[in-house]
Amino acid sequence: MKFIRGPLVWLYALLILVPVLVVVESSFKSLSDLYHNPLLPSKNLTIGPYSTLLSQEPISQYFLNSFEVTAISLVMVLIFGSMISYAILRLPKIPAFILYGIFSIGMMIPTQVNMIPVYLELSHFNMVDTLYGLILVETAFLLPIAVFIIGGFMRSLSKELIEAATVDGANEWHIFWKIAVPLSTPSIASTAIFGGVILWNDLLFPLLLIKSNANQTLPLALLSFTGQYQTNYPVIFAGVLLASIPLVVLYVFLQKYFIAGMTAGAVKG
Amino acid sequence: MRTKKSIYLFLVPGGLLFLIFFVVPTLYGLSLSFTNWDGLSSKVPFAGFSNYTHLFTDDTMFHGAVGNTLKFVVMVVILQSFFSLLFAIFLLRNTKTNIFLRTLYFFPTILASVSVAFIWTFIYDPNIGILNTLLKDFGLSSLQHSWLGDPHIAIYCLGIVEIWAHTGQLLIIYLAGLQQIPVELYEVAKIEGATRWQTFRKVTWPLLTPATTMVVAYTTIQSFRAFDLVYAMTDGGPNNSTEILATYIYHQAFQYNHVGYASAVSMVFMIVIAIITMLQFGILRLQSGSREKKSSKKKARSTSANPTANPKDLEYVSGGGTA
Repeated sequence: MKFIRGPLVWLYALLILVPVLVVVESSFKSLSDLYHNPLLPSKNLTIGPYSTLLSQEPISQYFLNSFEVTAISLVMVLIFGSMISYAILRLPKIPAFILYGIFSIGMMIPTQVNMIPVYLELSHFNMVDTLYGLILVETAFLLPIAVFIIGGFMRSLSKELIEAATVDGANEWHIFWKIAVPLSTPSIASTAIFGGVILWNDLLFPLLLIKSNANQTLPLALLSFTGQYQTNYPVIFAGVLLASIPLVVLYVFLQKYFIAGMTAGAVKG
Repeated sequence: MRTKKSIYLFLVPGGLLFLIFFVVPTLYGLSLSFTNWDGLSSKVPFAGFSNYTHLFTDDTMFHGAVGNTLKFVVMVVILQSFFSLLFAIFLLRNTKTNIFLRTLYFFPTILASVSVAFIWTFIYDPNIGILNTLLKDFGLSSLQHSWLGDPHIAIYCLGIVEIWAHTGQLLIIYLAGLQQIPVELYEVAKIEGATRWQTFRKVTWPLLTPATTMVVAYTTIQSFRAFDLVYAMTDGGPNNSTEILATYIYHQAFQYNHVGYASAVSMVFMIVIAIITMLQFGILRLQSGSREKKSSKKKARSTSANPTANPKDLEYVSGGGTA
């Protein structure tokens, strides 16, 4: 065991580090340079791929779109998800059980099952190729996970505390904001991270619902680069790098929370 | 205690969104699966069960997609569970190095599938890919391959990517499970003179059942849904050898306009996933249930869906009840 452990863990570390490093250095190489020397760093580094990308693509627009969709959907998911979780906590057993059950089943249904009807429905409302259409759909699809994580956590809160507050004559809205939400912060934070990563990286819904260039989110834009830049890896990798920066920076600083949040989502999802 | 009407108001905003964009589409999809609609024309021809019969009897493309999905899922589930457990055991102690390695292993989880797809497309590139370049540098040119271009192995190459992307995430679940196993048990095993393998078989593995069930269930669902990755890397090719159910539904609906038929496929897809998930959770429940009955100490069972459900509810006896 001892003899295999060391080599194996470092080998796997290399398996993650090497591709990532090669991608980073490739994004600073010219295409011909990459073909002559695919692996090792080149002597003449260039920011050419980045300037190609930035001059030909409205990258800042894609960033704004991604940011808008992620931020607005996430705020809605957290608020609405917490509200539903609170209702489940406060309702009598049977309706609470049914509600929780519906959202749990919702989590099992793969997104691909709904993609056709969602597309048809949105085209019915004339909401295809709009960011707000995408935002509403993304929110609806993340709600089950939010209810599962936050609701599961809220059930462990002390009922006495909430009952005591009702006796004091505080209204439900007040109890929700002043007691239930602050006490559920860990689960809300987990949901925020899990949901945020999914939203920022999602491809399926943008692919379905976004048609015009101006409304593309980052993953969708990246995918369309492959059509345009074919095997111009340096330019594609420049895009991959730019698109990954926000999450990577957050991950470096908040790794503990990321690992906890993503695992909570995996466990519940 | 009386339920106030105002509590129901909490359900309104989220409930409406969920109803309009999730529940209604699911039912709409079910109704579409009994039609031969192309998604465009104003006529919606009713088809009865013919989509379903066609799908099970003579759609070879569908059968191929089922086969590819199974290859992919089985490979990913087995290898990913194995590696995440192996590395969780290797990195169990909270040393600085181990914490660094866990953080590194977890890193691919936060990347977009599209980014992962490009990184690996480059690794597999037949001319300048990292893999073939390394093989050449080590004098193994004979092993060079057009990895994603070979219908026999492309699906397995995609499986490797999926494993690379999520092993670090599942490792954490196993880690939590391992850290909850009481140290005393290992001390007892040591005193009893158990070998390492025996200790693993009789103590670690049985107590990890909840974590294993979680890992297997999550990996199964995850790999069934690996749409983004497959779509971005091979889009079902070469020769439909990587066409999995998720991409097949997409192609049927949006490439061939077989909206009704694609809906039928997605309903079958949904039912298969639901059955698998329920089976897996059923097994988990049965196991913790049977252990509880056997357990002489009456302990309150935690109802949380925590993968590492309170190990105190599990009996510390060896044998039996392995997933």
